[in-house]
Amino acid sequence: MKTSIFAAGFCVMASVAAAETPVLTVYTYDSFVSDWGPGPAVEKAFEATCGCDLQFVGTGDGAALLARIRLEGARTKADVVLGLDTNLTATAAETDLFAPSGISAKYDLPVAWDDATFVPYDWGYFAFVYDKTKLDTPPADFKALAASDLKIVIQDPRSSTPGLGLLLWVKDAYGDEAPMIWEVLSDNIVTVTKGWSEAYGMFLEGEADMVLSYTTSPAYHLIAEQDDTKAAAPFAEGHYMQVEVAAKLAGTDQPELADKFLQFMVSDAFQSIIPTTNWMYPAITPADGLPEGFETLITPAKSLLVPADQADALRDVALAEWLTALSK
Amino acid sequence: MADRAFKITPLIRAGFGAVLLLLALIIAPLAALLWRAETPAVLGAADWAAVRFTLLQATLSAGISVGLAVPVARALARRRFVGRGLLITLLGAPFILPVIVAVLGLLAVFGRSGILSTVLGWVGLPPVHIYGLHGVVLAHVFFNLPLATRLILQGWLAIPAERFRLAASLDFGPRDVARVLEYPMLRSTLPGAFMVIFLICMTSFAVALALGGGPKSTTVELAIYQAFRFDFDLGRAALLAGLQFTLGAIAAGVMLRVSVPSTMGGGLDRTVERWDITAGWRDGLLLAAVALFLIVPLGMILIDGLPYVFSLPASVYAAAGRSLGVALVSMVISTGLALLLALLVVRLRRGGVLVESIGYITLAASPLVIGAGLFIVLFPLTDPVALALPVTALVNAVMSLPFALRTLVPAVREVEGTYGRLADSLAMGGWVRMRLVLWPRLRRPLGFSAGLAAALSMGDLGVIALFSDPNGATLPLQMYRLMAAYRMDQAAGAAVLLLGMSLLLFWIFDRGGRADADV
Repeated sequence: MKTSIFAAGFCVMASVAAAETPVLTVYTYDSFVSDWGPGPAVEKAFEATCGCDLQFVGTGDGAALLARIRLEGARTKADVVLGLDTNLTATAAETDLFAPSGISAKYDLPVAWDDATFVPYDWGYFAFVYDKTKLDTPPADFKALAASDLKIVIQDPRSSTPGLGLLLWVKDAYGDEAPMIWEVLSDNIVTVTKGWSEAYGMFLEGEADMVLSYTTSPAYHLIAEQDDTKAAAPFAEGHYMQVEVAAKLAGTDQPELADKFLQFMVSDAFQSIIPTTNWMYPAITPADGLPEGFETLITPAKSLLVPADQADALRDVALAEWLTALSK
Repeated sequence: MADRAFKITPLIRAGFGAVLLLLALIIAPLAALLWRAETPAVLGAADWAAVRFTLLQATLSAGISVGLAVPVARALARRRFVGRGLLITLLGAPFILPVIVAVLGLLAVFGRSGILSTVLGWVGLPPVHIYGLHGVVLAHVFFNLPLATRLILQGWLAIPAERFRLAASLDFGPRDVARVLEYPMLRSTLPGAFMVIFLICMTSFAVALALGGGPKSTTVELAIYQAFRFDFDLGRAALLAGLQFTLGAIAAGVMLRVSVPSTMGGGLDRTVERWDITAGWRDGLLLAAVALFLIVPLGMILIDGLPYVFSLPASVYAAAGRSLGVALVSMVISTGLALLLALLVVRLRRGGVLVESIGYITLAASPLVIGAGLFIVLFPLTDPVALALPVTALVNAVMSLPFALRTLVPAVREVEGTYGRLADSLAMGGWVRMRLVLWPRLRRPLGFSAGLAAALSMGDLGVIALFSDPNGATLPLQMYRLMAAYRMDQAAGAAVLLLGMSLLLFWIFDRGGRADADV
């Protein structure tokens, strides 16, 4: 008897507690939620203002994130998805699972942004990172890289986001000449890895002179390790961008909280966490500016980005060319 | 033997239950994926190229691993030297390393700026070029030579001491011992060892890509990965996974058919003494070379990570605790399933080959497809993320089952073949038979299986990446997160912690299984 009273009371209390603190579920990629990513700080800052419980669910990387949402379909528990990039937004929009955001903000992006559904929260440029103590004058473009005997390690576009970025970088910069560029680059490529971590680890171990990463990678070494030996090589063709976005699910049971989160995402509190946890540029520069050390990073002369609606078709063509050129 | 009637005992019934569980774990994810597929799938030329490359590298890797393992296992079986036990334990190490760590360790030795290239540079030679098919095979031999050695060594240790005694009294030389005692043992051991390694190499993806040097080295598993995340073509992913299964099943079937069970006859479980050994320098040289091949890359990993092991963030130790729990649960499930299956396999005789094959082809399962398929199955029923750790323990157990089977089936067959009739005539069944006949003779293989299952489960990322709960990361996942956050040094520390814990687990159970033996 006592236990059933306790149970009844517990249930009442639990439902009261649940009613008092609504839960906002945000699906994101794994490195966002890790102890070393933005997740913990973002959760703390948002929960201080929202009167809610913000729960992150991490899954692989951006592409795995979209696959997960498509697997779950309309029944997904997610209220917000954070961590897709512009190569995925067109496919994501086609699923009809996402709702317009209603957010308008003054973004500090090198490109104009007018997407009604997807809200950008950070961005970066892909670049080849090298060690200044081992390489005096890095190549100034892809052709110079191909002509040199420098060794690079890149990621497979089929399994890695940066790998796909490089594929579109070359395709966007060279168009029909892209297969030729890959052919002349092929003897510079030491190997192709499954993901960014393998490639970057191999570079740090001295397996390659340069690695495909981001222009912001040297900032990590400088700020977190006081190591100023790493730099990104500026390429004359311009650098391909990655813009990371979030969106609200159409089927969310917390539409107001989701809106509130997206609004929070473009605020100073969120944006100032990004640079030294996600090691990317914030979509809106915080009032205090960028952390010290970011001013040492290169600024590409030209920003390349395939429009979201063309990315899907272009990547299939580019992948076929890449496979052909590198399988010879 | 026809007089031994086939009786359905509770153990046999449980064995059939285990088979059903395995089939469900293999078929359900594939079916779920096919059910969710939007378009019918077709395989293109690139897929068949991937199949060809997969079979080629797996055949080479397994052939070379097993071929090298025979003399190594023989040397270990007949030599006694200081550090032999340590060397045998260390043999388990490469196999349980997370792929990314092992690759970096290998590159520290064989890479462009590795030790070997540096030494070659001193004498004016060009650096070694590791990337290509030979690099893939080298890495797979690094992973699997130790495993093959252990599997074959089990066979050697199963030859009763009395046989060697008799051989000595008959004045057998090494050649006679090889012909009469060792060849029959190898005939029953090698096909299984080859098959297990062939299946492991078949599903290789990250290693094949990184050391293969590019898209030339596309394996079926990478094609599955591409279908799933690049194209979100679930039908194609399922089709490729089904193809991988079929190839695995064919390989398993062929090998089990080739394998001839040997019955050495019983012994008194005495310590083996050998009188047939002549010059020892060849064995010594061989063991030194193998030890060098395995230990130098491991040493490089240790040098990289050791300074950081004791200054890791608390969350890494918490993850280590979770991994330990998963490993122990996984070990119990794996060893239990393997024992039930092994008893069933031996009792069923002809049908046993089929049951045994089912136990092995879980190795040809794509972790990605199992993960995604289970996700589709579980999602309507419950929150898959809340089940992340139990699902990981179960899948890890099934993935390590083949190694346990490989060890237990020959052992159970040996015991039943030798003592079965005696036990039958004494009407020993059920628990009594288990306690008095099976247990004393299965202790060593059971300990080995349990240790291997626990160690494998520690290191395996398996399905957790797809299900991961931010607050429930396992140690390998936490290590990958450190890497993704540029913290390569701490990741190296976490890798050493992982390696240390895995080896310790393996050692404890393996040792426990042979507490009364001097090997």
